[in-house]
Amino acid sequence: MNIDSIQNGIVIDHITAGLGMRLYDLLGLEKLDCSVAIIKNVHSDKQGKKDIIKIDADIPVNLDVIGYVDPGVTVNIIQGGVLVEKKRIDMPETLTNVIFCKNPRCITSCEQELKHVFVLTDRKHKVYRCLYCETKAN
Amino acid sequence: MRHLINILDFTTEELLELVDVANDIIADPKKYSEVCHGKKLATLFFEPSTRTRLSFEAAMYELGGNVIGFSAAQNSSAAKGESVADTAKTISCYADIIAMRHPKEGAPLVAANAASIPVINAGDGGHNHPTQTLADLLTIYREKGRFDHLTVGLCGDLKFGRTVHSLISALSRYEGLNFVLISPEELKLPSYVKKDALKEKGIPYTQTTDLEGAMPELDILYMTRVQRERFFNEEDYLRLKDSYILTPDKLKNAKPDLSILHPLPRVNEISVAIDDDPRACYFKQVLNGKYMRMALIMKLLKEAGTL
Repeated sequence: MNIDSIQNGIVIDHITAGLGMRLYDLLGLEKLDCSVAIIKNVHSDKQGKKDIIKIDADIPVNLDVIGYVDPGVTVNIIQGGVLVEKKRIDMPETLTNVIFCKNPRCITSCEQELKHVFVLTDRKHKVYRCLYCETKAN
Repeated sequence: MRHLINILDFTTEELLELVDVANDIIADPKKYSEVCHGKKLATLFFEPSTRTRLSFEAAMYELGGNVIGFSAAQNSSAAKGESVADTAKTISCYADIIAMRHPKEGAPLVAANAASIPVINAGDGGHNHPTQTLADLLTIYREKGRFDHLTVGLCGDLKFGRTVHSLISALSRYEGLNFVLISPEELKLPSYVKKDALKEKGIPYTQTTDLEGAMPELDILYMTRVQRERFFNEEDYLRLKDSYILTPDKLKNAKPDLSILHPLPRVNEISVAIDDDPRACYFKQVLNGKYMRMALIMKLLKEAGTL
């Protein structure tokens, strides 16, 4: 299967197989006008199978979202057809307006203007808790 | 700006410092009677309270300060839809320090992030109640002379009981603690509290439904009320509300130096017949709460540079 290489844009590589669509949704890529390719179940020597997302435009992507969904993913920045930057994305310490607190007793449930902030409280088990009520993210 | 939102905001050294100041106030209250002259405490109580609000007000008056505030959300601009952050910014223009109770969890943190004066969490839903923990800690210290090497029984609503969560978090930082968690199945301590405060620190604990069976080993028995306001379903409340009622008969195998604590208000979970037992400490605890709030107000005002 051939997907054209991109001239200026972003390649999100080494996505755990099956998480590509979740990243696509949380990054809001459906709103873009440019070409976006999700390639699923690509053979990988290291991972066995992996997903890849190619975005044919130099747009800002929320690295916190990527680090939250699938830490260890690689983000490659392509300019003029050349790889100019490669970042390995780790779990972010905080997440703002990426996931939302579902606790009906939390202050965020009644104050619509408040940002939903989650804090990484347990890196080993990848546990994020609401900054305000400490409810665990699902 | 320093606030008290969660009891863990203060180090064990700072808690001991508050205990020392509170003990000094008890020994010589006159020395502190004008310390906060000209200062104002705003009590923002979006949820009903007798003890905590009046304790804060009494504390500020005994420091020579003044108090402004409201005691129900319908008496504030919250009834018009004002946000917690805007209320906190507004009150910062009128007062030197805020004590806030709110039914929603995390509301005092929102206020602290917006205010330009210190904010004290006076209870946020079923989440935290750090100044009750200060009252509990002073009571334990005055009764036992230490925070370490104690067997602490917590009985009743351990699921929604915010005072229980805060007390476990605070005590889990001391050596040699052993917790006995006594509750009905439906009101067991949440797993995240067990994991964060107990399991990960290797602190021994047992869970049981049997209060009398646990009694002989306890140094401290912390009773709690099953809180009607925390239930969405009235039937569940009615089924669980009388799970534990402490009577003189149930104390027959207790240690002679047991200390019985309760954050109050009680409904019927401690029989009034126990009030005269020298092991009953819950009314001393109320008084201790006022002294710790005095110590806390002074500490936060000093750190804010306004005292």
